[in-house]
Amino acid sequence: MNQLAGGFHDPAIQSAHAFRALLEAMARPGRIHRVGGALPPAPLSVAAGVTVLTLADATTPLHLAGAADCAAVRDWIAFHTGAPLAGPDQAQFALGTWQALEPVDRFPVGDPAYPDRSATLIVEMARLDQDGPRLTGPGIHKTARLSLPETDALRANRALFPLGFDLILTCGDRLAALPRTTRVEES
Amino acid sequence: MYVAVKGGERAIDAAHAWLAEERRGDPSVPELTVAQIREQMTLAVNRVMAEGSLHDPDLAALAIKQARGDLIEAVFLIRAYRTTLPRFGSSQPVDTARMAVDRRVSATFKDLPGGQVLGPTFDYTHRLLDFALAAEGAVPPAAPTAPAADEAVPHVAGLLDRDGLIEAEAPDDTPAPDLTRSPLELPASRALRLQALARGDEGFLLSLAYSTQRGYGRTHAFVGELRIGMVEVQAELPELGFAVPIGEIELTECESVNQFKGSRTEPPQFTRGYGLVMGQGERKALSMSLVDRALRWRELGEDFTGAPAQDEEFVLSHCDNIQATGFLEHIKLPHYVDFQAELELVRRLRAETMQEAAE
Amino acid sequence: MTVQDYNFAYLDEQTKRMIRRALLKALAVPGYQVPFASREMPMPYGWGTGGVQVTAACLTPDDRLKVIDQGADDTTNAVSIRRFFQRTAGVETTQSTTGATVIQTRHRIPEAPLSEGQILVYQVPIPEPLRFLEPRETETRRMHELEEYGLMHVKLYEDIARHGEIATAYAYPVKVEDRYVMDPSPIPKFDNPKLADNPAIQLFGAGREARIYALPPYSRVVSLDFEDHPFTPSRAEHACALCGATDSYLDEVITDDRGSRMFSCSDTDFCASRQAGRPDGEGGA
Repeated sequence: MNQLAGGFHDPAIQSAHAFRALLEAMARPGRIHRVGGALPPAPLSVAAGVTVLTLADATTPLHLAGAADCAAVRDWIAFHTGAPLAGPDQAQFALGTWQALEPVDRFPVGDPAYPDRSATLIVEMARLDQDGPRLTGPGIHKTARLSLPETDALRANRALFPLGFDLILTCGDRLAALPRTTRVEES
Repeated sequence: MYVAVKGGERAIDAAHAWLAEERRGDPSVPELTVAQIREQMTLAVNRVMAEGSLHDPDLAALAIKQARGDLIEAVFLIRAYRTTLPRFGSSQPVDTARMAVDRRVSATFKDLPGGQVLGPTFDYTHRLLDFALAAEGAVPPAAPTAPAADEAVPHVAGLLDRDGLIEAEAPDDTPAPDLTRSPLELPASRALRLQALARGDEGFLLSLAYSTQRGYGRTHAFVGELRIGMVEVQAELPELGFAVPIGEIELTECESVNQFKGSRTEPPQFTRGYGLVMGQGERKALSMSLVDRALRWRELGEDFTGAPAQDEEFVLSHCDNIQATGFLEHIKLPHYVDFQAELELVRRLRAETMQEAAE
Repeated sequence: MTVQDYNFAYLDEQTKRMIRRALLKALAVPGYQVPFASREMPMPYGWGTGGVQVTAACLTPDDRLKVIDQGADDTTNAVSIRRFFQRTAGVETTQSTTGATVIQTRHRIPEAPLSEGQILVYQVPIPEPLRFLEPRETETRRMHELEEYGLMHVKLYEDIARHGEIATAYAYPVKVEDRYVMDPSPIPKFDNPKLADNPAIQLFGAGREARIYALPPYSRVVSLDFEDHPFTPSRAEHACALCGATDSYLDEVITDDRGSRMFSCSDTDFCASRQAGRPDGEGGA
């Protein structure tokens, strides 16, 4: 596929819609939102492509993990965002399947004075549904459920609060998010 | 029924129309052109460019016209315009040693390579109102000229440096931070401090510099030199892979040479303070160099005496006149919700106090 | 009408991305102040530049925007900010609290309950709750890092010792999710209970101080107090002279120079809705 193709054709409007979905997702862990407007090269999902176009640029080091680290994806990201590729310890964003991203404790969790200086992991999922582990915490009215890739690492991440990484889970044209504040329990 | 500040939309429209009328003044008096402001109010234009952080004399002149001569309002217009401009890249550091000087004075040496050049200065004018200026149309007689000296104009600090008398300043290739693109983080590097001061309010820096002279963080400053002139700006074009000249700008540079008896960490030597301002901004450049030097107490192993000019967080947080004027002036916005909350609190506390007094 | 020379919602895309990243981190660390590269806006610092930047980063063309200042839609600065977004984003505007998707506010939380799908954007002058106890950012950052809020408790306790109550009537500090002490912006403490467990997303923008912070929906937000001196939201003990409400926050209006005064709702949409006999918060178009 041509590296020029698959970007936003109306960036201001499409990224505004995409960001609103990301904002709602991060604000309400467990909710699933549909996004569109980008057609990234395989193996990236539409939702992962939209997330990268909406949030990444030349100021945000990005780590590509596993199958996502291929020439087509690298070229597409370089052309559309200019995001510099980086190792896990320098990454502001990281993109790949959970298996490819593991061990996830490689990623920045922020500084005690600046807990915002932490990575956001964009996790490509084979399945994304409102079932599985029970979620509680800020943004959740009583409880929610989400098909998470695992729970132990996420519980360990929660224990670091206010430090920790945050997740954006992508599958096809759908996404959900899991900030570090969410408490995760096996159902 | 009375309800406060109703009809806000009509009030705003009427206020703007009135403002435009006031800006124009008496229509029987010819309107000022932007070119007239640019050519005849040059120092105002320079100040707006310097504090607005944008070198464009025409836009600065337009801003002054629009702002009815309120220079801080004009700086604000330029800043708000500047922030919308795309960034194509950064220029190379300018070489002020190669400045074509219009003015260059040193207070430390009677004569020196490159000479003393008085230039177009108010310094020795007698401050007598020139009533002849009130009559229009007179063109002043041409000033005498001399052929430009071919001589290089080396920096005074460099001359001292050769003898090891002044602190060494190692070249530094660290990319310069950008205060307009990242939030201020403290402690700040000297480069970031200088950037903040270069955008800072002239009056604020003047008062701080004056306070150091009167003993609040005294730094024993001599004007090593002050120079004003044109320098070439170069930028590296990615397509070419090397730097090419993209234009010339006028700069004012001041290097102070400060007496220094040595500290816990440094030997006795002269130290430096630095000021650089876009356009002709002599007062600002001098002030900046004194404040820069006062802020350097930590790196020179001096004591913090509590002087305002030594206090980095205080100086950098308060030197920006656009931030300051906005926040200051916002107190004229309605605050009746918070005031009502206070009113109710004060009434209750008073009632309790009165009751206790009565008992 | 939109201003064609500027991007949608005025800010360039790179600036919006930077603000959007800060907003997501702010939601992930509730109550923590995220530094952001605040831009110079075409309105003065202190007049809502933080709120305007946050709103600009969140707006889509489908939004209905409400802007209030002191609870009212028609105060001059609210009018000015609403016009700015009409011109630069072309979004629909409304005075109705329930009809709005994004509400930018200065100093009030609307009386009508907010719901999911709504975003409340606060304009914040001084985001640091500890600032008037310790003016240095370098110090207050360390205090937040170490969760060292003793100074705040001492101040509140001194109030009680001197005045018999906590003498803070607005910008009353809160603790968010048992971690960060947060300034809720200068809302009257009457509004503090609405910060907690709110179904809407609450975003806070401080432009001059270059900080963004957030409360996700349904967050735990507790107004600081002591067991023997519990927090009490308070209001003037009157009914609204226009709609008769006894549970709304009131403006006091002086009607002559002989001490006559009346009280009316500060939330103009709430008041107009009640006067028109409509359900709360479904007032003006």
